[in-house]
Amino acid sequence: MKQLDDYRDIASQGTVEFLKRLAEKIQGKKILHINSTKLGGGVAEILHSLVPLLQNVGLEAQWEVISGSEEFFSTTKAFHNALQGLEQQISPQMLQNYLENNRENARRLSFEVDYVVIHDPQPAALIESRSPKGKWIWRCHIDISTPQRRVWDYLRQFVVKYDAAIFSLPRFAQRLPIPQFLIYPSIDPLSDKNRELTSQEQDRILRRLNIPLDKPILLQVSRFDRFKDPLGVIQAYRLVKKHHDLRLVLAGGGATDDPEGEVVLAEVRQAAKDDPDIHILLLPPDAHLEINALQRAATIVLQKSLREGFGLTVAEAMWKGKPVIGGFTGGITIQLVYGLTGFHVNSVEGAAFRIHYLLDNPEVMAKMGQDAREYVRQNFLITRHLGDYLALMSYLGR
Amino acid sequence: MPKIATHPFLFVGCWELREMLGRNVRDEQQLLEAIEVVPLDSIYYHTHSFFLRHKYIAGPYSNDFATWAAIQVRDRVLGEKLGILYPFDYENLESLRAAIITIIAEHLSTLQIIPRASYGEPFHFMQSRIIEVPTGLKTHTLAEFREILATVDLSVIYYHTFEAIFRQRKQKTDFALWIEEQLGLPELADKMAKLDPYLISLETVRYRLIKLCDEYLQKGERDETA
Repeated sequence: MKQLDDYRDIASQGTVEFLKRLAEKIQGKKILHINSTKLGGGVAEILHSLVPLLQNVGLEAQWEVISGSEEFFSTTKAFHNALQGLEQQISPQMLQNYLENNRENARRLSFEVDYVVIHDPQPAALIESRSPKGKWIWRCHIDISTPQRRVWDYLRQFVVKYDAAIFSLPRFAQRLPIPQFLIYPSIDPLSDKNRELTSQEQDRILRRLNIPLDKPILLQVSRFDRFKDPLGVIQAYRLVKKHHDLRLVLAGGGATDDPEGEVVLAEVRQAAKDDPDIHILLLPPDAHLEINALQRAATIVLQKSLREGFGLTVAEAMWKGKPVIGGFTGGITIQLVYGLTGFHVNSVEGAAFRIHYLLDNPEVMAKMGQDAREYVRQNFLITRHLGDYLALMSYLGR
Repeated sequence: MPKIATHPFLFVGCWELREMLGRNVRDEQQLLEAIEVVPLDSIYYHTHSFFLRHKYIAGPYSNDFATWAAIQVRDRVLGEKLGILYPFDYENLESLRAAIITIIAEHLSTLQIIPRASYGEPFHFMQSRIIEVPTGLKTHTLAEFREILATVDLSVIYYHTFEAIFRQRKQKTDFALWIEEQLGLPELADKMAKLDPYLISLETVRYRLIKLCDEYLQKGERDETA
């Protein structure tokens, strides 16, 4: 199990000792995290790193995952899309199924702890079964700045019963009668996805993935999801391809709670057909080393999302010293300080222009990559995330 | 012989929880009206704790109001007028709030159309919840003070400078007060008190404090040798 001391040479000076002191304020407290999947997606990755660190600094931290039928996850996927602004049809039967599924999970779980942190809408209705003891926190990882009103109003009835809510960006905040806190998500620099790789490890992985290193590589790592705009990435690549010989790698992980991915993947394959320089990789949820190797091999990393919760793949690439071009949405705008740690763009043409510019200016790419890594060290590492949780629990328990 | 303090200096850091008020504005009139009524902790967040959040790359101005006007509204004039605000000139946060209101109101009185963030992000009001974190580190001497200062988390520097002056309303930073009152070194304390933390990063504040300590310690050694 990872120890906080393992981060001593990675985090900023004094951080590790400081976090240990902060944790002393809530020593021995019990904290339970609940989400909907152990595999795939940023939430599961964060919890894989955060929960052991919470235990390491003296808390009794646990992580539980709710179970559910295919119908339940179809409903929560529709919730997810509606909360991010897509028009969805949600029937009363689906809502009933959502409630029943949460009740079933509540019967299975014990909430006799000091803090319960519920991640995202899937388990939000568990609050109906809260015990008098303990503080409940709803942690929303998605962009709900322009939600479909009916769906948000339904979810809101549960959210207002929590003691606090956490959002990833200020503009995701809602009119709520409970305190709302801003906490950015984070990456773990010691996880398989972000740790240093030897050149032999990297070469071996890239050979296995059939990615030659003979040309500059553009990379986008994301689920095959319309909000990530993989088709727009292919269009941008084609605009640049007129001037630069390069490869495009679209690497998509899956998640057990995302039944829509295959449809989008088929559309991407159709758009990419006949071009041997476009590589579409459907990676399993645990392909962390593969993603790490791809990001390190990339010349430029794209995250051309149209909607984004936070877009941690941006921080992952920045940590590896890569210049990143991202969509002007969600947390991408927080991570990419325009012109310093990356570029954010609003169109296919904008993405193509910045790819072209960076390829023509390798010294700009190198400086941007250095600054990006330092910016991540200060703002988006798991150590900062741990501190935010410790501070919040200390504040709520005062 | 090095001077030994009767009462040690206790190094305290802090962690800032960022609370969102759920109040957003899109134009400068709305900004003005919101600044008039938001809690003082929000004024503090947008003018001071900025330094806790920008340890590496500073924004164009040292307060969020100026940066928003310049970048999101694209009103560079108001950005510059707010950007020059120097919080150490004000007795407390309420008088700082009044100064901000005056600047925005005077600026708007010269315009016929209210500038608006038509393409940029709205301004999101936040407030700081500062959690104090005693580090457990303490010292009785200047040499040890300097050694500890070199290794602590940057929030310790923040806490003993910005927090000391603006929330605890002390006349000087905690560093300067301790060195004057406990070590009896008014000259060094005065130099530390004059060190302006407002337009430099916390890392630079740390560096300059250490440099002042080193200069004094070397001078002390030379005096003893002589």
